[in-house]
Amino acid sequence: MSIYLDFEEPIKALEEQIAKAKEIGQEAELDMTDKIKALEKKLSEKTTEIFSNLTPWQRVQLSRHPDRPYTLAYINAISQGTFQELHGDRSVKDDKAMVGGFGSLDGQTVMFIGQQKGMNTKMRQYRNFGMPNPEGYRKALRLMKLAEKFNKPIVTFIDTPGAFPGLEAEERGQGEAIARNIYEMMGLKVPVICIIIGEGASGGALGIGVGDKVLMLENTWYSVISPESCSSILWRSWDFKEKAAEALKLTSEDMKKLKLVDGVIKEPAMGAHRNPEEAFSIVKSEIKKHINALSKIDAEKRCEARIEKFCKMGVVK
Amino acid sequence: MGWFKRKTEGITTSTKDKKETPEGLWYKCPKCKTVVTTEDHEKNGYVCERCSYHERIGSEEYFQMIFDEGKYKEFDAKLASADPLKFEDTKKYVDRVKATQSQTGLVDAIRTAHGKIDGQDLVIAAMDFAFIGGSLGSVMGEKIARAIDQAIKLKCPFMIISKSGGARMMEAGLSLMQMAKTSAKLNQLSAAQLPYISFLTDPTTGGVTASFAMLGDINIAEPEALIAFAGPRVVKETIGRDLPDGFQKSEFVLEHGFLDYIVERSKLKEELSKSIKLFMN
Repeated sequence: MSIYLDFEEPIKALEEQIAKAKEIGQEAELDMTDKIKALEKKLSEKTTEIFSNLTPWQRVQLSRHPDRPYTLAYINAISQGTFQELHGDRSVKDDKAMVGGFGSLDGQTVMFIGQQKGMNTKMRQYRNFGMPNPEGYRKALRLMKLAEKFNKPIVTFIDTPGAFPGLEAEERGQGEAIARNIYEMMGLKVPVICIIIGEGASGGALGIGVGDKVLMLENTWYSVISPESCSSILWRSWDFKEKAAEALKLTSEDMKKLKLVDGVIKEPAMGAHRNPEEAFSIVKSEIKKHINALSKIDAEKRCEARIEKFCKMGVVK
Repeated sequence: MGWFKRKTEGITTSTKDKKETPEGLWYKCPKCKTVVTTEDHEKNGYVCERCSYHERIGSEEYFQMIFDEGKYKEFDAKLASADPLKFEDTKKYVDRVKATQSQTGLVDAIRTAHGKIDGQDLVIAAMDFAFIGGSLGSVMGEKIARAIDQAIKLKCPFMIISKSGGARMMEAGLSLMQMAKTSAKLNQLSAAQLPYISFLTDPTTGGVTASFAMLGDINIAEPEALIAFAGPRVVKETIGRDLPDGFQKSEFVLEHGFLDYIVERSKLKEELSKSIKLFMN
């Protein structure tokens, strides 16, 4: 059973009608082909109608869809089982909300890094809901430096509701860990590709989000704050999340328009979770395309261009 | 019969005719409640004489305190916020900026300047908390970027005085990317082998802590300043219990290894000058 979001209810109703029609057809040995065809046509029209007019808030809902593939699913599919996870920040512990390691992308070794969310309640807790502690960021940086040393490109998958705001996280310098990553990623001598596959919340996302190419999957969001928190701070109520989502211009389309990300990756119809295999293959070919192009550029020039790109961001008068 | 009886004539003014003390003549320390004249308070660097509470001050006060004879040349003083997102919450962002500008007399939340400290060149970027909580937006990012260019041109050290609630929400993705932009510029400063001193004052939180404020070649702070990524209220909500005393204060942050030293305002210029001399000679 798929999980439907509130705005997908009309789709759910039609899909149920089709299933029922098929059932009746089989049981009563009736020819329901025309009826089913008509319903399927209606379904595809309705789907197009809903998905071509998604509001920013609906994109946020899709980005958090419980069936949506998470980082390890992408890595395992893309590396075709060659991924070897590497653990620990060599200082405090191994953060389960951040994963990483080498894997082979059709013969080319790549360093894959990303925030990891859990698939069920137990795993969600184990993964701390995809909210890394400073150790997570420091592990990510250690792995990036490892990739740099052996001249391997880096791909990061971003999917986090934010860096963890806990007591120990503060004691161990959450701010410093994120700052250090942003700073060091600017100077990495290997190609860096960052892909937002779900939620891109603020500094917690940017902590692994500095790259030559920063790409967003179609149904994701990336901003300085979640729409809920923005609503609670600026409107002093949790009820304005839809409005906040709109005001923040956090969708892939808006972020591309503002030149804050380099590209948008199309998702399968109705979202990546509806056809994960297709999503993996689209993302894989994007990664290959960009690694190929970036590898042709001289390392120094690539770094300069990366720094230049971020230096241009911002609008003043 | 009452317990106390006024024996001598003295206070004869009725409550109705009582005169209020004029505003601005006296300063009352919010921590120890000691009252001093504003003149004495100013002379003491806006620090309480009794408990050494450091009052929050703005860019101008720091410039006066640090630069020789209070002389400096300001950069990009007119650089102001645009509103490409047409952001609107309960108020339009442009109106909020305008109102704050007329209220504070400032153009945005940071001012950048070049001056001398004991004869040595120094470029400072200093924040004003009074301007939308010293928030980091496009203007602050751009001014820091340009100030770094100036420091590179002048071949002199660069200092940021942070006093900020974090990123400016009304600039959304643009403000988030200022964290990346400023860190990118610091890479260039580093390549030029020029020292970057990050001075953290009360409060330094959020996106500012998670970018340039924690990236100093040396990180220094004022006593008892709040220095945090997530603020105490958020942390308390997350863990569901009270926070230990002194949590996220400068002294705590120093103990955990994220600051090089804490400096009282009265010794700020002296220590700063000493650091710069040691870097540059």
